[in-house]
Amino acid sequence: MSILDAEGIDKESLEKALGIYRVINEEGVVVGELPDIGEEVLRDLLHYMVRARVLDEWLLRLQRLGKVAIHAPNKGQEAIVGAVYPLRPDDWVFPSYRDLGVYLVRGMSEEEILDRALYNIDDPLRGSDFAIYGHRKYNMVPTPVPVGNQIPHAVGVSYAMKYKGVDTIAMVMFGDGATSRGDFHAGLNYAAVFKTPTVFVCENNQWAISVPLSKQMRSPSIAFRALSYGLESIRVDGNDVIAMYTSAVEGILKARRGEPFFIEMLTYRLGSHTTADDPSRYRSEEEVKRMERYEPLRRLRLFMERYGYLGEGEYEEIYKMYYDKVEEMARRAVEKPPLPRDVFFENVYGERIWVLEEEKREFEESLKILDDLGMEVD
Amino acid sequence: MPMMNMVDALNTALREEMERDENVVVLGEDVGRRGGVFLVTEGLIDIFGEDRVIDTPLTELGIVGFAIGMAMYGLRPVAEIQFIDFVYEAFDQIVSNAAKIRFRSGGMYNVPLVIRSPCCGGIKGGMHHSQSPETYFIHTAGLYTVMPSGPYDAKGLLKASIRADDPVIFLEPKSIYRTVKEEVPEDDYIVEIGKARKVLEGGDVTVVTYGAMVHMVKASAELIRDRLGVELDLIDLRTLYPFDREMILESLEKTGRLIIVHEAPKTLGLGAEIAAYIAENHPELLYGPVIRVAGFDTPFPLAHEKLYMPNTARLYRAVKIVMEY
Repeated sequence: MSILDAEGIDKESLEKALGIYRVINEEGVVVGELPDIGEEVLRDLLHYMVRARVLDEWLLRLQRLGKVAIHAPNKGQEAIVGAVYPLRPDDWVFPSYRDLGVYLVRGMSEEEILDRALYNIDDPLRGSDFAIYGHRKYNMVPTPVPVGNQIPHAVGVSYAMKYKGVDTIAMVMFGDGATSRGDFHAGLNYAAVFKTPTVFVCENNQWAISVPLSKQMRSPSIAFRALSYGLESIRVDGNDVIAMYTSAVEGILKARRGEPFFIEMLTYRLGSHTTADDPSRYRSEEEVKRMERYEPLRRLRLFMERYGYLGEGEYEEIYKMYYDKVEEMARRAVEKPPLPRDVFFENVYGERIWVLEEEKREFEESLKILDDLGMEVD
Repeated sequence: MPMMNMVDALNTALREEMERDENVVVLGEDVGRRGGVFLVTEGLIDIFGEDRVIDTPLTELGIVGFAIGMAMYGLRPVAEIQFIDFVYEAFDQIVSNAAKIRFRSGGMYNVPLVIRSPCCGGIKGGMHHSQSPETYFIHTAGLYTVMPSGPYDAKGLLKASIRADDPVIFLEPKSIYRTVKEEVPEDDYIVEIGKARKVLEGGDVTVVTYGAMVHMVKASAELIRDRLGVELDLIDLRTLYPFDREMILESLEKTGRLIIVHEAPKTLGLGAEIAAYIAENHPELLYGPVIRVAGFDTPFPLAHEKLYMPNTARLYRAVKIVMEY
């Protein structure tokens, strides 16, 4: 007996969680039902994806130049912009750490992201941690680096929204590795039990650093796991931004009605886990080469060119425009002064704690000695 | 003023805070219909409904992670961990998130969360119903850790904790839930976080303790005075982090001798921090050694728990050492 024959489970839901929803294929040819999303939206999605790609390249370059401590390359996962694009500004987003496109769609500028990556004087997160981005003014919460910790937070926030009687929702992103953690199981279960307005987006990029999905789990799909918690769940070709957008529209609509929704975004991490990783130790060049054909930006571009949304040479122009813009911003950002030396005493508590006051006095005395000795530590 | 035990006082504090502020919600395992296994949340569900008194699925990590989200949005959740011995599943959420979100976000988000939980030994609860793990939380920047020793403080400290803008670990010594009774004012009052209380005035030895051990020391004081002629200056810390250094220093100026008593294991217990603080900053105040009377560095045993825990004999021994030095 196959899973599809199981009694008591709605066949349509199972097919949704076990199939792969796709609108355009890797050559940009429409293979599914093309939703009526309009040219404006298509152009916006393309621009966000190009911006994410360009910024990713710049962050990698700045890392190699020793300006950025560490970067988690995004290449291949840019179609995540389709999931956040239909959100409202007052919805909350809990992005993961490989989500440049998400930050851009929420309104964060490349310059703010660069300030963050360089933790200079304008870093909104005041030098708290690397490779994480967020800002309250965009209702976007900086992610905890232990993967998946943010999943129950998003469920708690959405419970609070429901409790307050507002019609906003929370969307949370995380990778395939996070689905092995308790945070994932607790979060999904709470969402189902309390019917919270939450949309979960699992960016299944096949690799948790060096561990492939086949060693992460034996469930038929991640979406299937979500279904087993009682969430409506869909597996999507996550390199097809139109499919991502369409699924998100459905999920957001349902979440707003108090029906939590789960999207498994099937994608592929073309780069290393972070700039500190060496993927040649665990996966073949051939695999990466093969997967490059499926990447989302190439696909959207081919689709838009094929169906007349994009003229000849237009893509290159767009790319160059953003490339030059970010170059200018990067030049500015690297010249900005660092954060003050006592910055880490900020934001530990909302009020003064004598322990920290005393430690800060000790720190200031040691800074004086450091300066007197003409030494630099850092 | 009505006489109350600690369970009544905590229940009253929760009810009053929920009446005062609709952002206050209670969640945890069995806190609803059951009223909590120790009945601290009894009756709240009937007044405030199941959206505010939430029976959660059985996972401490879920309770705390979910409550952190609520708190980030502006609610003031009071999460119950049924026994503090079960908190370890939620440790990552507490240490990596509740305690760090303010810092991580550059001060953009904060977590006004209270995690309250029965703690400590003395009820023959065995190793998983008796622990005193406060050190883990005291050691973690971003948290407040408190432990009341009676009904008056329980009510006032819980109210202060609910109104605090950062997470509070609120530990309740379960052995004195119903054994200590006091008059508790019906009006709204708080016991400020960070302030200790002088329980006994005496000129010879400063004893710093908290929780149920306050009562052990208090009950031993007469015997120690009669047999050894020693008067104890007894301080109930109430807040474990940040502890009230001023009251300790003031007392030491008078006595010059210090004993710290706690149920938590000795190694890296709060006693170690207080002793180090005095040694580092005010060694001139001490006539002799600082002695810790603490839980032994073993798992909390079922057999002979009263011998394992600090008791009159162990305190007596410590007093003799500091007086004879």
